Amino acid sequence: MTTHYLVLSALLFAIGAVGVLSRRNAIVVFMCVELMLNACNLAFVTFARQHGNLDGQLIAFFVMVVAAAEVVIGLAIIVMIFRTRRSASVDDANLLKY
Amino acid sequence: MESPAEIIQHSGGVIGVSWLMIALPLLGAAILLLGGRRTDRWGHRLAIGMSVTAFLIAVISFFELLGLPEDERRRAIALYRFIPGMADMGVLIDPLSISFALLITGVGSLIHIYSIGYMAHDPDRRRFFSYLNLFVAAMLLLVLADNYVGLFIGWEGVGLASYLLIGFWQFKPSAATAAKKAFIVNRVGDFGLLIAIFTVWTGFGSVAFDKLSGTAVGEALKTGQVSQGSLTAIGLLLLLGACGKSAQLPLQSWLLDAMEGPTPVSALIHAATMVTAGVYLVVRSGGFFEAAPTAQLVVTIVGVVTLLAGAIIGCAKDDIKKGLAGSTMSQIGYMMLAAGLGPVGYAFAIAHLITHGFFKANMFLGAGSVMHAMNDEVDMRRYGGLYPVMKVTAITFIIGYLAIIGFPLLSGYFTKDGIIEAAMEHSSVLGWLAVLGAGITGFYMSRMIFMTFFGGRRWADDAHPHESPSVMTVPLIVLSVGSVFLGAFLILGNRLMLFLAPAVGRPEELPAFHAFSGPGLATLVLVAAGAAFAWVRYGAAEVPLVAPRGSFLTAFARRDLYGDALNEALFMRPGQWLTRIAVFFDNRGIDGLVNGLAAAIGGTSGRLRRVQTGYVRSYALSILFGAAVVVGALLYVGNM
Repeated sequence: MTTHYLVLSALLFAIGAVGVLSRRNAIVVFMCVELMLNACNLAFVTFARQHGNLDGQLIAFFVMVVAAAEVVIGLAIIVMIFRTRRSASVDDANLLKY
Repeated sequence: MESPAEIIQHSGGVIGVSWLMIALPLLGAAILLLGGRRTDRWGHRLAIGMSVTAFLIAVISFFELLGLPEDERRRAIALYRFIPGMADMGVLIDPLSISFALLITGVGSLIHIYSIGYMAHDPDRRRFFSYLNLFVAAMLLLVLADNYVGLFIGWEGVGLASYLLIGFWQFKPSAATAAKKAFIVNRVGDFGLLIAIFTVWTGFGSVAFDKLSGTAVGEALKTGQVSQGSLTAIGLLLLLGACGKSAQLPLQSWLLDAMEGPTPVSALIHAATMVTAGVYLVVRSGGFFEAAPTAQLVVTIVGVVTLLAGAIIGCAKDDIKKGLAGSTMSQIGYMMLAAGLGPVGYAFAIAHLITHGFFKANMFLGAGSVMHAMNDEVDMRRYGGLYPVMKVTAITFIIGYLAIIGFPLLSGYFTKDGIIEAAMEHSSVLGWLAVLGAGITGFYMSRMIFMTFFGGRRWADDAHPHESPSVMTVPLIVLSVGSVFLGAFLILGNRLMLFLAPAVGRPEELPAFHAFSGPGLATLVLVAAGAAFAWVRYGAAEVPLVAPRGSFLTAFARRDLYGDALNEALFMRPGQWLTRIAVFFDNRGIDGLVNGLAAAIGGTSGRLRRVQTGYVRSYALSILFGAAVVVGALLYVGNM
């Protein structure tokens, strides 16, 4: 009965993952990360429902809190990078390497 | 045969303080070395004072010794416990050691005085005198010590002094190399002496001379305490030590190079005293050699071979000091030969040693005087006709020359003749070879005289030879007087043999001196022939400025009988190869392993770091793969 939710969750996660791997725009990558997080949230909530307890719901809240914090920091970084480098492409920000 | 007397403990008198002979020059050396430049002005006077005082102590001790009854003339003075249970340090005054002490301090003092003039213009004269004093102290310790350990300390001390003095002008690379060569070659001999002392200690439980007399050795051999083999080993090892110090074959190569040192050093250390330490060692260890006939035989063979080798080398050298050095080797060969003959030869060995000390020091100092006059030129082809300009040097030199070739009634005539006759009685082969050596001596010494003092003047353009100052000529005169009379004094009536008897024993039958025996006449004829040949080649004929190529034999002698080449091929080259192999192994093997490991790790990580591309998406991909692998693994484990 909950299988559909899980399949949806997996699909959303896969879409997010492909987005992270294939898109260059930092904002889009960021949104894909959010998509993956929320796919996980969906899976957690589904499992909570399936098991009949609140553990999964609890974790989902934690994830949302972390995601919110991450959005604050991440967007600030992206904006700073854009201001200094005139580019939001993740491939341009490749200075930290061998 | 009569064996040596017992050693008696002694106190009082000048003999009781005879250790001052060693202590005073040592103190002088210490003051001069530690005092530094402050002692520059009066340093040489202090050094001479110390040496002369030691000589006076030796003379008084000598007369005190003569005042004692004959069988009580071996006096030991205990000084302190040196190595508990092994060696107590003490001084042994007996006829043998006092003869050496007189020679060392007497000739040593004369050479100290001569050096004032010779080293007058050297800024390091004080250092020179401090080393000379150090040498005198070490040499006296060598001959006066009453045990082998003390002897060994003196032995090393003279080696050190010799090293310092050969390399005195250390700014000359040749002098520095010669000093090092002398030190290293001597190391080989010292090694032999050291092992000999170890063997003596294990065999007899003592290293003191009074426990190691001929009777004690014979006793130990009879009771089986020591085997014949170990006695032979002791003898041969002692001989090895003696060969190193006395420049006998096969350790002769250092002596010719040692002439790089200042001439007074060559006279004192490398002619009169230190190089005869080997003879002293053999005579002092007579107890062992008499019990080991094989070792004794080897001593005589070494002596004969060296006396011929030295004479042959002397024939071809144009450097006056090297010619004299070859002659020194040869004369010490005679002494070794005599020392190997047992009690009958000891007195002749010591007599020849003493007279040789005089006439060879005389000639070396004469050579130094000539060099002093000729702007330090040593090439005899650049001399010639010096007799009229430096008469004192020339006449004293010629007296030394007549003494060494054995001109009748001069020193060498008596002492060398004694050795030849004793050798002849022992074995005619040894005797005739010694006669042959005397003939060659006649040739090369005459050659030296003719090339230096007679014939045409072949001087360099800027040479203005002049007689040396009297501070240099007076020692020459004193030494030449010794060269004339000492031989007759020591040999006639077997004076030295009877004097030495308490220390080294004496043969049952005293040898009689024959004025004109068969071998003696043959020697004279050969010497005359050699001198005549030298006259034809170098006296009457013009001496070319550049040495002619000469025959195969000349080249052989000029290259020191290929002694250096032999050492080089046998020891130096293999040693170099060994070090090269070791270096190769170190560089390629050990370093290669370590460096290779480091390079492998470095190379691998250099390649691995390319993974860090800086593209955040590729990191994300690798995280994804990692997560997939973890999930796959969990599934796999969970399904098992």
